[in-house]
Amino acid sequence: MINSKIRFSASLFERLWQPGILLTAFVFSIPVLTIASFLFLPTGDIWQHLVDTVLADYLLNSVLLMIGVALGTFSMGVTCAWLTSLCEFPGKKLFIWTLLLPLAMPAYIIAYTYTGMFDFAGPVQTQIRDWTGWGYGDYYFPEVRSLGGAIVMLSLVLYPYVYLLARAAFLEQSVCVIEVSRTLGCNVWTSFYRVALPLARPAIVAGMSLALMETLADYGTVSYFGIGVFTTGIFRTWFGLGDSGAAAKLAAILLLFVFTLVVVERWSRQRAQYHHTTNRYSKLPVYRLTGARALIACIACLMPLLFGFLLPAFQLSLWAIDTYAVMIDSSFYKLVLHTVLLGLSTAVLAVMLALFMAYGKRVLASKLVFASIRVVAIGYAVPGTIIAVGVIIPLTWFDNTLDSYMREQFDISTGLLLSGTLFAVMFAYLVRFLAVSIQSVESGLVKIKPSMDEAARSLGRKPTDILFNVHLPLMKGSVLTALLIVFVDVMKELPATLILRPFNFNTLAVRAFELASDERLADSSSAALMIVVVGLLPVILLSKSIASSRAGS
Amino acid sequence: MYKIFQQIGVFLFVISFSAGTMAAEVNIYSARKEKLIKPLLDQFSAQTGIKTNLITASADKLLTRMVNEGRNTPADILITVDAGRLYRAVQADIFQPIKSRKIEQIVPAHLRHPNMLWIGLSQRARVIFYAPDRVNPEQLSSYENLAQEQWHKRICIRGSGNIYNQSLVASMIVANGEQATQDWAEALVNNMARPPKGGDRDQIKAAAAGQCDIAVANTYYYGKMLEAKKDSAQYRAAKKMALFWPNQDGRGAHVNISGAGISKYSRNRENAIKLLEFLVSPEAQDWYARVNYEYPVNAEVKPSGLLASWGSFKADGLNLSKLGELNAEALKTMDRAGWK
Repeated sequence: MINSKIRFSASLFERLWQPGILLTAFVFSIPVLTIASFLFLPTGDIWQHLVDTVLADYLLNSVLLMIGVALGTFSMGVTCAWLTSLCEFPGKKLFIWTLLLPLAMPAYIIAYTYTGMFDFAGPVQTQIRDWTGWGYGDYYFPEVRSLGGAIVMLSLVLYPYVYLLARAAFLEQSVCVIEVSRTLGCNVWTSFYRVALPLARPAIVAGMSLALMETLADYGTVSYFGIGVFTTGIFRTWFGLGDSGAAAKLAAILLLFVFTLVVVERWSRQRAQYHHTTNRYSKLPVYRLTGARALIACIACLMPLLFGFLLPAFQLSLWAIDTYAVMIDSSFYKLVLHTVLLGLSTAVLAVMLALFMAYGKRVLASKLVFASIRVVAIGYAVPGTIIAVGVIIPLTWFDNTLDSYMREQFDISTGLLLSGTLFAVMFAYLVRFLAVSIQSVESGLVKIKPSMDEAARSLGRKPTDILFNVHLPLMKGSVLTALLIVFVDVMKELPATLILRPFNFNTLAVRAFELASDERLADSSSAALMIVVVGLLPVILLSKSIASSRAGS
Repeated sequence: MYKIFQQIGVFLFVISFSAGTMAAEVNIYSARKEKLIKPLLDQFSAQTGIKTNLITASADKLLTRMVNEGRNTPADILITVDAGRLYRAVQADIFQPIKSRKIEQIVPAHLRHPNMLWIGLSQRARVIFYAPDRVNPEQLSSYENLAQEQWHKRICIRGSGNIYNQSLVASMIVANGEQATQDWAEALVNNMARPPKGGDRDQIKAAAAGQCDIAVANTYYYGKMLEAKKDSAQYRAAKKMALFWPNQDGRGAHVNISGAGISKYSRNRENAIKLLEFLVSPEAQDWYARVNYEYPVNAEVKPSGLLASWGSFKADGLNLSKLGELNAEALKTMDRAGWK
């Protein structure tokens, strides 16, 4: 009865909702589908050559890299999130937001920086040799440019994804469940392990799958370290061997990994649905740590911060002091402006689309919508260059087809309308980063009990009203998280910007990379530092809002 | 909120169309980094009043973009930093002949396409660097020589994904044939002191620090290191190394070019030709030599300063189109040899 009444009063918007989501999902899947269609191109003997020589290496390295980064981001992210949300120790206030800082470090910049410092010919090892008189092979020193090195680099800049989402989840937990667990005889650790952790699982898994997708899409770090993984393989095959069909086959295997990730994530969410059992939010009980425990907590939070941010930022600053006079010219401010505006507009768009889709999924509960959201999410794990090519082909096709038609019919040339404009650039960003905003918005939504929707609906509210008046206030933290991550991601994004941008349009990442890839690390430091500085402000704002977004406080 | 969107809209509009049509301009897709092309373009604009619009990215991707943009491409000129990409551009049929007597006279025949579809703008030599305290230069002779037993675990060279290595191997396939090059690559991989990693400068630094005794790198990286501050690690590393010109008794040292072609669908052809003429003029050629230590294609320009101190050398006179033709073959050879 109630159901039919709701259906009957559904507005036009709500009736167009499902087709709208399907259409949006289709549009943003076009680039990936374009690349996937290369699978049907003939590959000749190149594929066999790859199977004979390098494929096993790519597979093994990619799997090891993912396992390593999964362990690294989980241990750093969850530990820090738990310590800073449920414990009290000296310096906690500072750690809460500084732990997010590595998010603003592009992975390739941190890789260049660490190599500069710790390589065999770098200052650290040179100093050791000077002191001891040892030569090459006389001592052991971990090799930065190795698979292990890549795992460390990527974990250091990607753990904030897990930290952000896990911390938001810990903070949003109702105090009652934790108190009940304590009364039932759990101590601090078992209560964490048996109650807080499982409750935060959707958020943690979402954060880790973001980190792993980013890992799969990384090109800068692995290629600089000389590690053969799928991304580097795709580039060599496509551009070196000139075989886009074989490259697409590699990309298809990459997508298989992603698909597995997506399924695992979904499975982990479906096995148990975690909702807060009560809406009573009083002050969270904090465990006051003292003495040795406080010290350990401090060190645990300091490590990721030190190695993920302070040390590389210090090295970059040293270089920047040397070179800023030459590198910061009048065009530099334009770079900052471009970068910020592009990041801001993309972030706002991405969050609006994410709300549209994720909330639609909740309200419509349709399998089609569910599947289409999963398809859109795949873009995040596809390297930016591949996305860019996937964007160029359909856009230029559209432009040229329209142009030919107009020429024939009206003798007017419309030229290139979409390609080569910022439209193309932002489209590529959305294809790549929509997954991020959807993930965060969803992880916020799933924590709100469906009974809330039912209550609001039975009171006659429309789904859109519920979204704005009930859900949004409850999930402010998740929405802001989505905004921030997309903003910072866009700011760091490189390959798609490089290929798709209009004439005379540069961003900070483009400037930093051009210099760094030319092996001019010191010169690139000003732009790299600026990325970090610009990313700082939203990070601080965000952490403040997460802290204050807890209902009841 | 509405206001923000309005502003974003205006911003997008202005940016998208500000590079619209102007009376005198030329549009460049460049694989040369901004810092190494923009100063010359500004100088050109100051001299001629022709506005230049620039996009930089790697050549493969710019090429992909141009091919897909088809007859509507805004690009007038494509600049690459190796001959292999120019070959690919010719294969993709996106260039038109450069009609300029002036350029034909300046650029020697082996550094341009037979039908003037592209021309070289500067030359980049790939040579051997050795640590004089550990290596007697008399032991060195050619790239082929690097496969000898005496260099076991003593050589640093970067990965096979690098285009300059691909071109070097392609040039060896031309000189020695496929099988000999395959054997050479396998022996070279055995002689590597470490799995390939890092860029050209890293190889020179590693050799200076003693991880290996020999590095293979392009000369301009060495020049850039020597230009750094006297107390920097780079400078000290470069000072510890010496340059050896390989294959001087035979075909000459391997040389690649940065080069350019004019788009088949160029709407500013006259301006594009003017720009290319400027880029091979003594003034611009001298700039390349002084600023980025590349060798001029204009014979009138004599290398100065640091370049002159490295002495004159014999360059491989191979027609550079060959490098593009054999690129895939070279990469396969390296894959089979286990060259990471």
